[in-house]
Amino acid sequence: MANNPSSSALDAVELGPLPSEIRVRGAVTSAAAPSDHPSVAALVTRFGAGIVRHRVSAGDQTVVWVDPKQSLEILTWLKNDASQLYDMMSDVTGVDYGGASVDVVYQMFSTTHKRALRVRCELPANALEIDSVVGLWKSADWLEREVFDLFGVKFRGHPDLRRILMPDDYAEGNPLRKDFPLRGRFSRAEQTRRALEQDVERFYTATDLKHGGTPQQVTAGGKPAEGVD
Amino acid sequence: MATRNVELSVGRNPEMGVGGLPTASPLAPFDIPEPAFDTEEMLINIGPQHPATHGVLRLVCELDGETVLSVTPHIGYLHSSFEKLGEYRTWNQIVPLTDRMDYLAPLIYNCAYVMSVEKLMGIQVTERCKIVRVLCMEMDRIFGHLLWLGTTAIDVGAFTPFLYAFQQREKIYKLHEALTGARITTSATRVGGMMADLPPGWIEGLTKFLDEFPKTLNEVDRLLTGNQIHIGRTQGVGAISAADAINCGLTGPNLRAAGVPYDVRKDRPYYDYETYDFEVPVGEHGDCYDRYLCRMEEMRQSVRILRQAIARLPGGPINVDDPNISLPSKTDCMSDMESMIHHFKLITEGIKAPEGDCYLAVEGSKGELGMYVVAEEGSTKPVRWRVRPPSFVNLSTIEKLAKGHLVSDLIMINASLDIVLGEIDR
Repeated sequence: MANNPSSSALDAVELGPLPSEIRVRGAVTSAAAPSDHPSVAALVTRFGAGIVRHRVSAGDQTVVWVDPKQSLEILTWLKNDASQLYDMMSDVTGVDYGGASVDVVYQMFSTTHKRALRVRCELPANALEIDSVVGLWKSADWLEREVFDLFGVKFRGHPDLRRILMPDDYAEGNPLRKDFPLRGRFSRAEQTRRALEQDVERFYTATDLKHGGTPQQVTAGGKPAEGVD
Repeated sequence: MATRNVELSVGRNPEMGVGGLPTASPLAPFDIPEPAFDTEEMLINIGPQHPATHGVLRLVCELDGETVLSVTPHIGYLHSSFEKLGEYRTWNQIVPLTDRMDYLAPLIYNCAYVMSVEKLMGIQVTERCKIVRVLCMEMDRIFGHLLWLGTTAIDVGAFTPFLYAFQQREKIYKLHEALTGARITTSATRVGGMMADLPPGWIEGLTKFLDEFPKTLNEVDRLLTGNQIHIGRTQGVGAISAADAINCGLTGPNLRAAGVPYDVRKDRPYYDYETYDFEVPVGEHGDCYDRYLCRMEEMRQSVRILRQAIARLPGGPINVDDPNISLPSKTDCMSDMESMIHHFKLITEGIKAPEGDCYLAVEGSKGELGMYVVAEEGSTKPVRWRVRPPSFVNLSTIEKLAKGHLVSDLIMINASLDIVLGEIDR
C-alpha cells in the first residue's frame, strides 16, 4: 500500500502512532459565552425566571437549565410552538454529580428546523420528582423508566413507571447514583441468597395480566394445573 | 422506491396474484368474525431464550386466537451496567466497553464514543483518521445490515439469503481481524486517533470486498424483493405513520421506511459526510417491507461512500501529535525520557478533560446512536457516560406495531426493527 510506510504488520507495533502536524486543542466550554441559538432567546423572553441559566458546551452545543417546576410547560411549548417544533425527543437521561442534586437531561431535535437543543433540569436529591413528558413524546416512555430505574427519579404522570433494566424486585437501590458502590450494596453472599430465594413462579407483572387475568396452564385432562400462576 | 411487484410467484393461492398488483397478506388479521363459542384470551410467553427474539428478549403476549392484543417486552437480561462501569475507567479504557454493546457493528460504537470525547475535549483528529473512521463505520453498517438481512430472512422462511449474507460477513470479519486483531470485540479507536494504522493490503482487501459484495446483494435482492412469500409476510405488516414514527422515537432505517428523510449523516453531519455523494433511501408505507428495502438500499449507498472514502484517503499520521493525548511509540518510550514520562502519565492518569458535557449523535446501523459524556474540570474519567441506544427506543414501539397482527407477524416485526440486546440492556 503506497500510503503506508510499513512493510510488515509488526512494524506498526514498533513504530507506534506517528506524529501529526495538526494540533488543535483549547477550551471548548464557555460558561459565559452568549448563545446564538434561536431557541434560547425565545425561551428567556417567554419564560423569564423559568430559565435558570444557559451556556454553550463542547464548542457548539446549547444547554438550557430550566426550573423543574415549569419543565412540562416549557417542553410543551418547545414541542408545539411553530418557531421551535422539537418533534424528536432523542434521549432522556440523568446525571448525578455526587452532590445534592441530580440532573435530568433531555436531548431534543427539530426535524423541521434541523436544530438540536439540550434541556437540563436540576432536581434536589431529596425530592427527585419531575413531570413526565410521555404525553408529548412517546419515545420518553422507556427512557424515563430507565432514569427512574437507575437514578430513582419519579416522573409524575408516567403511565407505567416501573423498573426496566433491573428486576422489578431489585432491593439495592438505583445503580447509577454516585452513592451506589460499583459492586452493589449487598454482599455477594446476600445477592446469591436472594437470587436463590426468588420465586421463579412470579413471572408475570401486573401489566402483563391487565387483559386476561391469571394465566392458566391446562393439563392433558383439561383441568388447570395446580401451582401455576 | 417501494415498487410492489411480484416477480417470483411461488404460491398457489389464487388470491396472491402476480402481475404487479399490491399483494396483501393472505392471512388478514383484521375483521375476524366473532366466534359463536365462548373464548378467552391467552397469555403466552416468548423468550428470553428463544431464537426468534434475536437475543435474550422476553415478550409476554396477550392473544385472542392468533391475534396479538398486547405485547409487553421484558428486557434487562443482559444488563451489565456498562455506563456505571465507565465511570470507574479512564477515557480510553471505556473503548472496549463500547463494542460489547453492539457486537453486530462494533466499529461504529468505537468511533461514536471517541468522537464524542474528542468533541468534548476539543481535539481535532487528523484527516487520515477521519477517513479511516468513515471507512470503519460504513463497513460496519454493511456488516450490521447483513446480519439483519440473514436472520430476518430466516424468520420468514428463507434460508438461502442467510448463507449468502454470512459469506459476505465473513469477509468483513477478516477485515476486522486484519485491522484490529479481533473479529468482533474490535476496540479499534483511541481518543485522538486509532489503535493502529491500516495494515498493509487492507485497502486492497476492502476494495476486493466492494467489488464482489454488490453481486451477492443483487442475488439476495432477486431472491427476496419480488418474492411472493416474502411480500406476503412483510407488506402491510407492522406499519407506522411518519408522525407516529417521529413521536415514538424511531430512528435509522425504521424511521426512514415510514417516509421521514432523517439521517444523522445528512441532518447533523459529522466527518464531512455532507461532501460525500450518497442518497438516503426513504420508504412510504412504514411497514416491514419498506424497512427491508431501505436497508438493502443503504448497503448500496454505503458501498458508494466506501469507494469515495478510499479514493480520498490521504497519507500522513493517524494520531494527533499531542503527548497529553496520544501514546508515544514503543521505541521512544524505551529510549527517550520525555516520552517515557508521557507514556507513564497517560497510562496511570489518563487524558484530562475540560468541564462540560457533549452529546454527539452518529448514524449507527440501527439508528441514531448518541454518546453523551459529562466531565468535570481536569477529570480523567467521565462523571457520566450515557449511550443513547437506538435499538432500545426502537423496541419500545413493538406493542404499537404488533397490535392486531398475528403472532407470526410479531416475529417478523420484531426482526424488522433490527434490535441488538447487548445495546438495549447495556
